[in-house]
Amino acid sequence: MKEILNLQIGPVAFRIGSAWRAPIEALAKLYEGYPAPAGGIADFTVRLEPEKPWRRFVRPSVAIRGDYILPDAAPLPLSLGLLAAEMGMNLQMALGQKNWLLLHAASVEKDGRALILTGESGAGKSTLSALLGERGWRLMGDEFALLDLDSGMLLPFPRAVSLKNGAITVMEAEAGAARFGPRLVGTPKGDIRHLRPNDEAIARMGEGAMPALILFPRFGPAAAVRGVGQAETFMRLTQASTNYVALGEPGFNALTRLVRGVPALAIDYPDTATAVGLVEDFRQELAA
Amino acid sequence: MMAARLLVRALRDPQGVQVADWNALVSAARAEQLLGSLAARMEGRAVPPRVAAMFEAARRDSERQRTQALWEAEMARRALAALDVAVVLLKGTAFHVAGLEASAGRSVGDLDILVPRDALGAVETALLAAGWEHLKSAGSYDDAYYRRWMHELPPLIHRDRDRMIDVHHTILPPTARPKPNSARMIADSVTLESGFRVPCPADLIIHAAAHLFADGDLAGGLRNLWDIDRLLREFDSPDFRQTLDERAQLHGLGSAVALALRLAHRLYGSPVADSRSRLSDRLFEPRLLARNGWGQEKRKALRFAFYVRSHWLRMPPLMLARHLWIKATR
Repeated sequence: MKEILNLQIGPVAFRIGSAWRAPIEALAKLYEGYPAPAGGIADFTVRLEPEKPWRRFVRPSVAIRGDYILPDAAPLPLSLGLLAAEMGMNLQMALGQKNWLLLHAASVEKDGRALILTGESGAGKSTLSALLGERGWRLMGDEFALLDLDSGMLLPFPRAVSLKNGAITVMEAEAGAARFGPRLVGTPKGDIRHLRPNDEAIARMGEGAMPALILFPRFGPAAAVRGVGQAETFMRLTQASTNYVALGEPGFNALTRLVRGVPALAIDYPDTATAVGLVEDFRQELAA
Repeated sequence: MMAARLLVRALRDPQGVQVADWNALVSAARAEQLLGSLAARMEGRAVPPRVAAMFEAARRDSERQRTQALWEAEMARRALAALDVAVVLLKGTAFHVAGLEASAGRSVGDLDILVPRDALGAVETALLAAGWEHLKSAGSYDDAYYRRWMHELPPLIHRDRDRMIDVHHTILPPTARPKPNSARMIADSVTLESGFRVPCPADLIIHAAAHLFADGDLAGGLRNLWDIDRLLREFDSPDFRQTLDERAQLHGLGSAVALALRLAHRLYGSPVADSRSRLSDRLFEPRLLARNGWGQEKRKALRFAFYVRSHWLRMPPLMLARHLWIKATR
């Protein structure tokens, strides 16, 4: 591969190779300040390569490949090369990660207590976690939460936050322009803009925290909170995990321990200010 | 040097091999589905911490795959118990069930079983009743193609467990020139203490060789050949070499097995009687090693040539033309 970038994100190291310079340049800029993996050794290799040999030059089309491949993954135009790189890293994690239980969830931490935010796409977990990350919490990650199989500790995976459509404006008011990637227009999910987590999130990316609360946020007409039972939480988290089945018994044991030990709440929120207020209330209750 | 060559060296001599580029080794191993085997082989060797963690995860994953393979075999046994039909487990599942050295770190995808041809209908009915479903829609070209021309039923998938089963009645398509003696393969299979049946050791090797050289386009060939190496080492003796030779003749696969043995010897140093290589072996070796340190397939022209060869071996020219025409135009 011609263009290469090695990236350490939390405990996971990536080697990203590309047939073009632009995606690697954009990625290096977005991940400025992230450490390089020790010894240059990566957990996963991502390849951005022409879908067909001539597609390197003619209407360049980026196929997302790597150690693990989804056969029917659609290629992206070169203008969305940064998104392709991000999707490539996600793909390796979703298909190949066997070290930790992987939850499709955002997570934040304060006073050593970690909060897991999970829910369907569009539930607002990225926005909410990014916002909390600017309001005194430490952003651990907006996409994947890594649960250690032995200790039950939650490990940070602070990738660039993937902001979509309306969330872009919300966060542009919170963080400096230097931390944003380019606005990617016309992606399969609408407009996307990436936000680099703040310095604290990056500096403490090696530091885990014990989970203290699981939240299932949802946009709703009025603020509402209800407790979620252990059985329901367990089922919802198995659906939110990309590797629960692949881990077998250790995955079951880790998830059972999490669900038994940590309370879970479903919250409806009409606007982000309400959601942030609710989360602060929960934190004070947990601290009390 | 192709990273696949480094992978072969690492499997062959895990303690002594010099690894300058771990990324290349790991990516090649993943692409060839050999990371689990590599992790098993390198157990106890000092490796960089991140590699140690990857190997640890790979070993855990192998354990899980083993459990799952045994469970699928058990599910099939229960589904077919009432039929009074000999069911022989094949490939990876057979290695795991029999506890062979070839099973160390071996990944298992589908469950492959061999049953007598005249029992196919009853087996299919019993599997459908026990929750397996057709993957290809009945009456489609693919479905009809399997039933008429293949050595197995159209693949079935279990509706709850999402696992596939391939039901074979012989080990090569009926259109291929060699005609393996599947009745003998079943009759001479070994019944284990657990009650499961697996092919006799020589037939395990012959099946792997048939799959590699008389049927497939050599995709996944390094793993196939690694299986063969492990089996050759585990069972090697003067008597066994003779048995292997005789059974290869019995199945009409003498040249495929001889080629497999020569290449296993060349790449992995397997113990074989006749290791003198032929000129044509020099085409097989670069094809088997056509993988670089980014996990990419290289030597596209050679790969394509072997793809064409696989179809040529599998069916007569007119049938091949018709098959490729339908595949290309639908």
